Amino acid sequence: MRLHSIVDADSRGRMFFTYLRRELRRRAKQAIVVAIGLAIGIGLVMTVSAASAGVKTAQGAVLHSLYGVGTDMTVTKTATFGAGGTQHFGGFGSGTSGTRPAAGTKISRNTLRPTAGQATFSSTAVSKVASLHGVAAATGGLNLSDTSFSGTIPNSGSGGGGFSGGSPNFNVSSFTVDGVAISNSAVGPLGSSQISKGGYFSSTDNNAEVAIVSSSYANSQKLSVGSKLDVAGTSLSVIGIASTSSSTADVFIPLGTAQTLAKLKNDVSIVYVSATSASAVSGVSSEVKTALPSNTVTTSASLASEVSGSLSSAANLATNLGKWLSIAALIVAFLIAGLLMMAAVSRRVQEFGTLKAIGWRTRRIVGQVMGEGVTLGLVGGAMGLALGVLGSVVVTAVSPTLTATVGSTFATAGAASGAFGGGGGFPGAGSFPGAGSGSRPSFFGRPGGASSAAHTVLVHLTAPLQGGTIVLAVGLAIAGGLVAGGFGSWRAARLRPAAALRRVE
Amino acid sequence: MYQLTDVRKYFDKGGQIVRALDGVNLVIEDGEFLAIQGPTGQGKSTLLQLLGGLDRPSTGQVLFDGRDLAKLAENELADLRASAFGFVFQTFNLIPTLTAQENVETALVPLHKSTADRQQMALAALAELGLADRSTHLPSELSGGQQQRVAIARALVKNPKVLLADEPTGNLDEETRDEIVALLEGLWRDRGLTLIIVTHDSTVARRAARTAIMRVGKVSIKKQPENKRPAPVA
Repeated sequence: MRLHSIVDADSRGRMFFTYLRRELRRRAKQAIVVAIGLAIGIGLVMTVSAASAGVKTAQGAVLHSLYGVGTDMTVTKTATFGAGGTQHFGGFGSGTSGTRPAAGTKISRNTLRPTAGQATFSSTAVSKVASLHGVAAATGGLNLSDTSFSGTIPNSGSGGGGFSGGSPNFNVSSFTVDGVAISNSAVGPLGSSQISKGGYFSSTDNNAEVAIVSSSYANSQKLSVGSKLDVAGTSLSVIGIASTSSSTADVFIPLGTAQTLAKLKNDVSIVYVSATSASAVSGVSSEVKTALPSNTVTTSASLASEVSGSLSSAANLATNLGKWLSIAALIVAFLIAGLLMMAAVSRRVQEFGTLKAIGWRTRRIVGQVMGEGVTLGLVGGAMGLALGVLGSVVVTAVSPTLTATVGSTFATAGAASGAFGGGGGFPGAGSFPGAGSGSRPSFFGRPGGASSAAHTVLVHLTAPLQGGTIVLAVGLAIAGGLVAGGFGSWRAARLRPAAALRRVE
Repeated sequence: MYQLTDVRKYFDKGGQIVRALDGVNLVIEDGEFLAIQGPTGQGKSTLLQLLGGLDRPSTGQVLFDGRDLAKLAENELADLRASAFGFVFQTFNLIPTLTAQENVETALVPLHKSTADRQQMALAALAELGLADRSTHLPSELSGGQQQRVAIARALVKNPKVLLADEPTGNLDEETRDEIVALLEGLWRDRGLTLIIVTHDSTVARRAARTAIMRVGKVSIKKQPENKRPAPVA
């Protein structure tokens, strides 16, 4: 029985492949049309899938950068209207007196304060969160912005309190600073694994005057390990360079140091929380909200929903238009393949009728037709795979830049009153030429008027081909072949030998 | 071998019932050479298809070695066609993409022969029909007579009990016709198989011992006296 099966398989196999090869060669043009149709459909699906994966990766990178290492959620507190008004550039007026420094006075001021829209809260919240059920780890942090302001007060004119004796010449620069709890680098804005040069903070560095800078900031400011960096008027030693995305802070300093420099002893502005499992995130989120009712809990899901900008548009494009375009292309390709196969079978009724007459079972004929369809599917799949790889390479090579914006606009008008010398400080001076020299100028608007707390990140879209995408392509190729073969086989199976022979007489 | 009892075969053509066979009673003996003759459209091919298990009667019984072909399952019929019946068609019906040898081999595929056996048997069959040197040729590279020889080789390679030929000389010139008829007759005589030929050609029909004359779906038998039959071709 076994020998019989082996002999039969060998017998059928050789004839099967010989017949299949010759038949496809005979109608090569049609076979090429079917294969190209399938290839276009499959290539399109692959490219869109790869681009979708790239968009997801970009989104993940954005969320990760906004989020921190090993973090499932963050706890922050939104600044209330008018908050921040108590901070000033020291010695530049209280903001209420309206006293203007004398013309020619040189000023240089530096301040370190929480990121716009964020309020600080007691660090006891960290231990409170850490003790909740489902929380694996929690660390506090301070998201700060260091703003420097320097220049010479010009001569004042007579009109309106403005500067009329010459253009004001002020230099304003800003960079972001994160205070990092170094006790647990597994959760937070910076992990030790992100250090590309130098080293991470040591356990005794909590109040040390040391800093780690992001590679992009280090490049722009020509900083290296051992350089000195001025933060809030204090010179810190750069001990490491971190490879972080463009959306993270420019400078990382120990939390204790940050609290001292920002005069926010025992305060944090953010708590990074790691849950024991992904399924626990939702429960932990609820518990934190209950434990800290005045705080805001942000999970990856809620953050993702806030992402806007061209990245979001690309995600929507990939999800909606791309997906449906791919499906439509596939359906058309499958239909064309199926109909062409059916037409081919219709032209071969005499052939199949003859084979039935000489004893071929319907199953064997159906198998032959299916084999032709699957072969076309595999050829189309191989071509589609090449097209998909090409599409992926092209997308990655072109690497379109997408922007992702997270967050909302905060009205921080109250902050304006004390930010730059208060209401009477520079009457009529609505702008500061030269402002925006910092690495993230968008945050510079924070001290005055309505400012945006939205966080904008630039990401380059890539289209990485993943194993799943290739499996999808192979699956689609086989499916396409089965559809094509199925149409033809259905036609062939219904042929009765006598009818098939009678039709050609 | 065959016993047909009140066999009827009707076709529905656009709502009109065509009685291709209308009460055929016929007995065909083992080893007999029977010609089925009649004008076009009288049911000759339909009768041949019923005898070869290619179709089923609307009513009646087609017994082959005691088995009613009308009651066999599709796969049983396919197996019977694979082992017991050999077909030769007017239009040769060779697979255009396969060589002469491969065409002959197609008849052995359902019989579970090994590739080596299949190739050997196909070559032997072609050699017997004088086509050993044409085994690698495609049908399009062969003349009509050669194609029909390949078709005959395909029908005979499995040593069938019955050889059913439907107008086997219909597409051939006179000289080739005589050659093919002589060949079939020789094979019938040498192999002892049952030969049933559908033809409208009296020259061909006269070679058979009996002729079934088909007319409006009914059959009448005409016996050819031995002394009236042409001498076998050498």
